[in-house]
Amino acid sequence: MRRLKPFLTFGVIIAVFMLSGCSNMVVLDPKGPVGEQQKDLILYSIGFMTFILLVVYGLFAFIVYKYRDHKNHKGYDPDNEGSHLLETIWWVIPIIIVIALSIPTVKTIYSLEGPPEETKDQKPLVIHATSVNWKWVFSYPEQDIETVNYLHIPEDRPVLFKLTSADSMASFWIPALGGQKYAMAGMETELYLQADEQGTFEGRNSNFTGEGFTDHTFEVHSLTDDAFDKWADETKSGAPELTKEQYDKLMLPGHVKEMTFSSTHLEWVNHADEADYAVKTRERLGYEPKVPHSKEAKEERKKLKEEKLKEEKQQQESESHGDSHAH
Amino acid sequence: MKWDEFFVTGDPLIYGADVSIALTTAGILFYLTYFKKWKWLWTEWLTTVDHKKLGIMYIVSAVLMLFRGGVDALLMRTQLAVPEAKFLDSQHYNEIFTTHGTIMIIFMAMPFLIGLINVVVPLQIGARDVAYPYLNAVSFWTFFIGAMLFNISFIIGGSPSAGWTSYMPLASNEMSPGPGQNYYLLGLQIAGIGTLLTGINFLVTILKMRAPGMTLFRMPMFTWSSLVTMVIIIFAFPILTVALALMTFDRLFGSHFFTLQGEGMDMLWANLFWLWGHPEVYIVILPAFGMFSEIISTFSRKTLFGYKAMIWSMLLIAGYSFLVWVHHFFTMGSGAVVNSVFSITTMAIGIPTGVKIFNWLFTMYRGKIEFATPMLWSLGFIVNFVIGGVTGVMLAMAAADYQYHNTYFLVSHFHYVLIAGTVFACFAGLVYWYPKMFGYKLNERIGKWVFWLFTIGFNICFFPQYFLGLDGMPRRVYTYSEESGWGPLNMVSTIGGFMMGVAFLILVYNMYYSFRYAKRETHGDAWNGRTLEWSTPSAMPPFYNFAKIPVVKSLDHFWRQKQEGKVEKLTIKDIKPIHMPSNSGVPFIMASFFFIAGFGMVFEWMWMGALGLIGVFGTLIYRSFEYDDGYYVSEEEIIKTEKISN
Amino acid sequence: MAHAETHDPNTPLEYRSETGRLNILGFWIFLGAEIALFATLFATYMVLTHRIADGPALGALFEVKSLLIQTFLLLTSSFTCGLAIHEMRRHNVKGLMTWMIVTLGLGLGFLYFEIQEFLHFIHEGANIGTSAAWSGFFVLVGTHGAHVTFGIFWVIMILIQVARRGLTPATSAKVFISSLYWHFLDVVWIFIFTAVYLMGMVMQHG
Repeated sequence: MRRLKPFLTFGVIIAVFMLSGCSNMVVLDPKGPVGEQQKDLILYSIGFMTFILLVVYGLFAFIVYKYRDHKNHKGYDPDNEGSHLLETIWWVIPIIIVIALSIPTVKTIYSLEGPPEETKDQKPLVIHATSVNWKWVFSYPEQDIETVNYLHIPEDRPVLFKLTSADSMASFWIPALGGQKYAMAGMETELYLQADEQGTFEGRNSNFTGEGFTDHTFEVHSLTDDAFDKWADETKSGAPELTKEQYDKLMLPGHVKEMTFSSTHLEWVNHADEADYAVKTRERLGYEPKVPHSKEAKEERKKLKEEKLKEEKQQQESESHGDSHAH
Repeated sequence: MKWDEFFVTGDPLIYGADVSIALTTAGILFYLTYFKKWKWLWTEWLTTVDHKKLGIMYIVSAVLMLFRGGVDALLMRTQLAVPEAKFLDSQHYNEIFTTHGTIMIIFMAMPFLIGLINVVVPLQIGARDVAYPYLNAVSFWTFFIGAMLFNISFIIGGSPSAGWTSYMPLASNEMSPGPGQNYYLLGLQIAGIGTLLTGINFLVTILKMRAPGMTLFRMPMFTWSSLVTMVIIIFAFPILTVALALMTFDRLFGSHFFTLQGEGMDMLWANLFWLWGHPEVYIVILPAFGMFSEIISTFSRKTLFGYKAMIWSMLLIAGYSFLVWVHHFFTMGSGAVVNSVFSITTMAIGIPTGVKIFNWLFTMYRGKIEFATPMLWSLGFIVNFVIGGVTGVMLAMAAADYQYHNTYFLVSHFHYVLIAGTVFACFAGLVYWYPKMFGYKLNERIGKWVFWLFTIGFNICFFPQYFLGLDGMPRRVYTYSEESGWGPLNMVSTIGGFMMGVAFLILVYNMYYSFRYAKRETHGDAWNGRTLEWSTPSAMPPFYNFAKIPVVKSLDHFWRQKQEGKVEKLTIKDIKPIHMPSNSGVPFIMASFFFIAGFGMVFEWMWMGALGLIGVFGTLIYRSFEYDDGYYVSEEEIIKTEKISN
Repeated sequence: MAHAETHDPNTPLEYRSETGRLNILGFWIFLGAEIALFATLFATYMVLTHRIADGPALGALFEVKSLLIQTFLLLTSSFTCGLAIHEMRRHNVKGLMTWMIVTLGLGLGFLYFEIQEFLHFIHEGANIGTSAAWSGFFVLVGTHGAHVTFGIFWVIMILIQVARRGLTPATSAKVFISSLYWHFLDVVWIFIFTAVYLMGMVMQHG
């Protein structure tokens, strides 16, 4: 029994993790029908997997305990080399399990290719999401507005994201709403998502794109229909127009703060059709990629680091200032 | 390239590495000179074509690489232990996870397994050497040189930082300029040549060099798994060769295979990479399966359950391994049909794998299980690998994969299969065949400590990562915010990682301890084994392996002989002169030229690349004109070696 | 390592030594790997064939005459290579040498026309960096050409050895293996002829 102890403890740890963690892990606590379908599939598969683990661990514990080499060892049979019945059983059962998993998987795969079932009659909101190292550009062609590094979407309405990239292969992911899809230069991929409630969710690029990858994120704000329309109208009338010059500057690798414009870059370029736009623009602007261990690159990194520290310090100061103000 | 940028500077960690490399090199040079070991090094090791010695060199290199890759891992875990840590900056972190992945797969897992295959397979099939001993040395030295070329990147020129998958266009000149990515391309390319040659060599060896009577279905399971692995290598590695060459052309000669310009296609790289990459996963897991089959059967004192089913399931897995590569990028938007098909083929791989698990369990059923260290690793494998397996099936469900992809869920999954599968097998095999290689066992008590510490540390390290993944933590981020709430589990994970590191150090200590104190084996059968490698009279087989080639009558022939009390004793009558291949320094020299060529191309000094290649061709021509048929070991020498007295 | 030699006169020379037999089998397996290599290059080429960016279309520059000459030279060289092996089986060193030298000559001719063709393409504004399609073309066809070049040097080395040592189990195995290689390159060319040139021209003009 002593030998099994670590496994038992381990089992207890699993259980504790599962119970405490599940309810608030973002993937298992989705805020929209797409994520909901995925969560159902995940939980369904976890059921099967738990069953498999129990069977294997049960057999393992029984066999290892019973047939360990000890004093009253019984039933030794060194030439026992197979059993057609048993082997048939463990060919057939996994086949059944695979079939049982395949059916809902394929169903969900097909269902995720379109808008969610419950809102499929609604016209989806189309947003072009373009990844540029290391920022996200969102164009709303119908509203004729564009945002950088944040998204506003209406709740209870399917959103069709048309994904592409100006450079590296990125992956567009809002875990609270549903699974991800790649954004690639010279390609357009489509992803339906929908939020069932209002709130702010984290979105990010989850596919490694180099130095600034970690902060390649954006925020998603889910609003009521009216609030969304209001925001779109205000943006259209209030925000500055996006100039080509300004947009071309966005093509340079780096991070920027949130931005808002009353026109979209789709007027002059769609990266899904023009894979080399960003590279050419960089060349035109005299940008030269730096070898990571060259002097220039090191200096640049140092500068960025200092800026970041300064920013953090300022933030802290303003926070503490705010605190004292509240007192 | 400016000369002052030739060496990587400005990072205390790297200065530390510089110093330790310089000290170690100086120490080795001093040792070799002071104890007059240069000649010994050259004649016994650098020029050897003996499969056992090559195997040992593979394993030693792999252990070194495990250390390097492990240090990388611990640096990453240190950085991730707490939110917003400032221990490593982004670029440095990216370099470290890139080298960690590449080294662990290409320069640790594969050579470790190939090393064990080298040591064991010829002995298991009753052969005196492999089919092409000279080529075997070429394989080792090209692997070694490829690994060295890749490894020096962090002190000279800078390491690659585009991930071990090196997706384009990130890995292109525009986004990853400089020598780093070239190191990846050329290091892997040179090592890949060695692997392909190993594939051909061992396939022919297993097909043609078996002892009389050893039919295919009397081969030990480890030999079977090696055979299947070699077939996968032969068809998978050329794909890598091409993929790497195309990216090299893109970077060095301005072609447009995967680039943004010229309508190159980045998705093509992903496809080619994984067309090799998925079979590669099975290249590193099938030999592991073979080892566990041997060890579980040996320490259960029982015949392997479902021998034929084991073989068929392995063949099925090998076939499937070429039909599932798309599951590495379900999120590329290939459409419902493609994703559905690849979901199902991927899940289907679970079926033969599951069959194997049950066969292992039932090998123990009605056995007499002895908990020796190799057996502990095998039992640990079953328990932990199953977790990796079931989460693999979960990842295979494309619709759910959209949420797991690129997260720590995936990271945890592949560590559960690669560590609990491959690394556990490497440790199990190392301990199991250690007496065959060195004539004594590793200390069992320390070995068990290593097992428990490593296994528990492994679970503490990786189990929480499933939950981090489900909580949306992406892989390859160098830090994360406090608000994300990922801090505590990451801390737990880091603690587990360091436990594994300590376990590794104890393992190394055990090698030293056992070298000093272990009882030397007096006969060849250290574990009451079943297969031919245990049938040699001396603990370490002589360089010709078998004075008399055994005649095999059944599966587990040696075990049956022992059961029936009919182990044959060698007599003078049996002794005949043995033909053996001569040593050669050419493979080492050829590999050195490969190094020159590779290094030149890394820095795009084409004259140097050309010079190195001319050297390589020169050694090829030299070898072609060399008619060395080997030599005969005289009867007297064999009698002396085998200590036959009558 | 086994070293058994067979002296049965019906066994071809190259199969008489154990080393010879093993090497020939090993080389067949190597050719399997080569098939995987070329298959990957073909797949790459097929995927990229329409991605011509601003460059010329592939088929637009192909010339039938050069193509037919190259094909004729290489196919004939495969035939003469077969004749050389035939002479080797008859232990006729002179015949072997003669036909092998003819083979090499034809191979060199093939290379000459291939290089001419490449230069012509480059002159017309299509090089490896023109577009993905041309990258695919140059690397696929160029890899084959590099194989032919390597083969020519290799066969020369082996012929020198035959001239020095005569036909032995060792030298004949080398000759035989190099002939396998040569025939293999011929087969690859047939695929290049069909998949690259014919299909390219059909797409362009058909």
